Amino acid sequence: MSDLVIDNISMRFDLPNGDYVQALQDVSLTLQSGELMSVLGPSGCGKTTLLNIVAGFLAPTSGEIRLNGDRVEGPAAERGMVFQQGALFEWMSVRDNVGFGPKMKGAPKAESRETVDHLLDVVGLQDFKEKMVYELSGGMQQRVALARCLANDPDVILMDEPLGALDALTREKMQGLVLKLWKETGKTIILITHSVEEALLLGERLLVMAPRPGRIHKEYRLPFADLGVGKDLREVKTHPDYGPKREEILSMIWDMEEEIMGRTEEAGA
Amino acid sequence: MIPLLIYVAIFVGAFFAVKFIVRRTQPRDFTSLKTVTFGDESAVRADRWASIISVVALFVLWGMFTGSALLPKFLHMPGPFVGDTSFAYTAEGPAGTDDAVVTVRVHPVDQKPDAPEVDPGDGFAKNDSVLIGAWRSGLILWDKNDEAKRKADGAKIIAIDGKPISAGERVRTANGTVAITDKGTINFTPAKGMQMEPIWLPSPEAVWARFIDLTQEGYQNFTVLEHLGWSLFRVVVGFFFGALIGIPLGYAMGLSNWFRGWFDPIVEFMRPVPPLALIPLVIIWFGIEEDAKIILLFLAALWIMAIAARAGVSGVNISKVHAAYSLGASKWQVMRYVIVPNSLPEIFTGARVAMGVCWGTVVAAELVAAEKGAGMMIMVASRFNLTDIVIVGIILIGVIGYGIDILMRQAERFLVPWKGRA
Ligand SMILES: Nc1ncnc2c1ncn2[C@@H]1O[C@H](COP(=O)(O)OP(=O)(O)O)[C@@H](O)[C@H]1O
Ligand SMILES: [Mg+2]
Repeated sequence: MSDLVIDNISMRFDLPNGDYVQALQDVSLTLQSGELMSVLGPSGCGKTTLLNIVAGFLAPTSGEIRLNGDRVEGPAAERGMVFQQGALFEWMSVRDNVGFGPKMKGAPKAESRETVDHLLDVVGLQDFKEKMVYELSGGMQQRVALARCLANDPDVILMDEPLGALDALTREKMQGLVLKLWKETGKTIILITHSVEEALLLGERLLVMAPRPGRIHKEYRLPFADLGVGKDLREVKTHPDYGPKREEILSMIWDMEEEIMGRTEEAGA
Repeated sequence: MIPLLIYVAIFVGAFFAVKFIVRRTQPRDFTSLKTVTFGDESAVRADRWASIISVVALFVLWGMFTGSALLPKFLHMPGPFVGDTSFAYTAEGPAGTDDAVVTVRVHPVDQKPDAPEVDPGDGFAKNDSVLIGAWRSGLILWDKNDEAKRKADGAKIIAIDGKPISAGERVRTANGTVAITDKGTINFTPAKGMQMEPIWLPSPEAVWARFIDLTQEGYQNFTVLEHLGWSLFRVVVGFFFGALIGIPLGYAMGLSNWFRGWFDPIVEFMRPVPPLALIPLVIIWFGIEEDAKIILLFLAALWIMAIAARAGVSGVNISKVHAAYSLGASKWQVMRYVIVPNSLPEIFTGARVAMGVCWGTVVAAELVAAEKGAGMMIMVASRFNLTDIVIVGIILIGVIGYGIDILMRQAERFLVPWKGRA
């Protein structure tokens, strides 16, 4: 019963000028415990909105989110979030950032210290525990963000373009880390990304969304995430199914973007 | 005009001197290897030498134009003429014309020597002698001892040192200027030179001596340090209460619709009102005692701190707040661990501004009405033309204002090291 159920969610933003944006329309899906789903889609198709609703930062105009059978009413520790950047507390050391969740719960100091030390070892920051976060590089900061989220032992981890601001090399390393953490911890993960490759490599399931109104366009089940665990991700890219899938999804998203452009041009003309 | 020219000359001269002497020997670091520096703000660093020379130059100029004993004599601008000088006048009386000599003894204003002895000489015009202080001028009733008087005999001066002159005109003599007044008397102005009279600008050492004197003897019942101490005390107390009320008020405005709506008009209205404009009202309501000053400074700091705290709250990156909530933080914990620390840099910036404004306001308020304080000291001193006290006061006010700012900056670096690093 430890499923994440997204039940018929619609989200409509009413604009001050009387217009409205239908950011999501009748989105339904279910994630089994321990699944990693990546979400792709052109800009503005409601990916962030969907994630914010699951996290509990936004209430949908209709529909509901259920985790383990309980309706989601607001943010809570069972649904952790990893942001693209800027969400670390720069007034705290790396250790204090990671220990933030346990501290909020009032966990015993010694115990949370152990958790923090362990997680920092896992993400490879054992030598940076006492540093301030602004002294770290972008990739290291995202490792801290991952560790901070894991320290709380959430059921679901929501990631909104967590690697989007990193350079290509760091990004590849981090993708490996995300896979490793996913397998080791068995968390349910929703990962939004702009990169088709990243979505293919990391997503056990892959959701392609379409805009206006934001909706599910197509869903895939992929073997690459399982293949990639503990391996060089470049090896996975040589898998015979990988190239065709990539082309298929790329052109799908291209078409959507073209359509959006066409529509705006019509509107402009 | 001349001080400005000298200043520009020092500026330019020092620039080339430093460029050719010092630069050669400086170690090369990364910035010195940048080829594009014009327009690259990060490549512009205050030149240490320029700063030092700039300060020294100010004192040198000050010393040059006040004849400071700290400077070698050859650097002094020409001082006022001091000593004996003389000029001859030619008077025309009923008996024809006659010459006589006026001997002038110009003395420093703080000494009072005897007038020089002169022999009356012959003819109907007799020799005169007068005492004139440096930087002053003197009226010479030349006909007082002459046989032909101006009124009775219609005597008048027709030449000075042989140069023809009539009423209302002036003539240069060896060490000054002679003018004939409308009434026919001589007005002699000894050469003033180019130095400032101490009553307008005392020399640096005179100001220093006055400062020492003020620390011991004091002025207007208090030593200078007590005056400054009182001013500082008012600022600290006023700022403290301003921050004590202003920061929570700003937080409330940043966190609650009701508070924002209620206080927005008040804060936005009070923000552009300079605290100086409140002085009259504060005096009417609260008088000139301590409480009045502190209320004024409280008001000066209040809005600045409230606005800074409000900006600190609204400046929080929403993902930080979201992150805290999804890590299980309660509202109170979000406040305590996210909003407050996140707003500290803004609050420090506000505090620096508020301290500066308070310091300026307290001095101004003391200028208007006070029984003690730095502003009161210089105000009273200026009424008695005690320029040295005024200068001591201004320098100390500047030093303390600067000191406050440096202290705040140090505190900021120590307490909010993450400022500007997000
Ligand atoms: N607070 C908001 N008010 C109005 N419109 C919004 C708001 N948030 C998102 N939208 C609109 O909803 C749509 C989906 O946005 P978003 O979820 O951010 O897309 P994505 O993350 O896929 O790029 C966009 O058209 C966006 O303009
Ligand atoms: Mg988005």
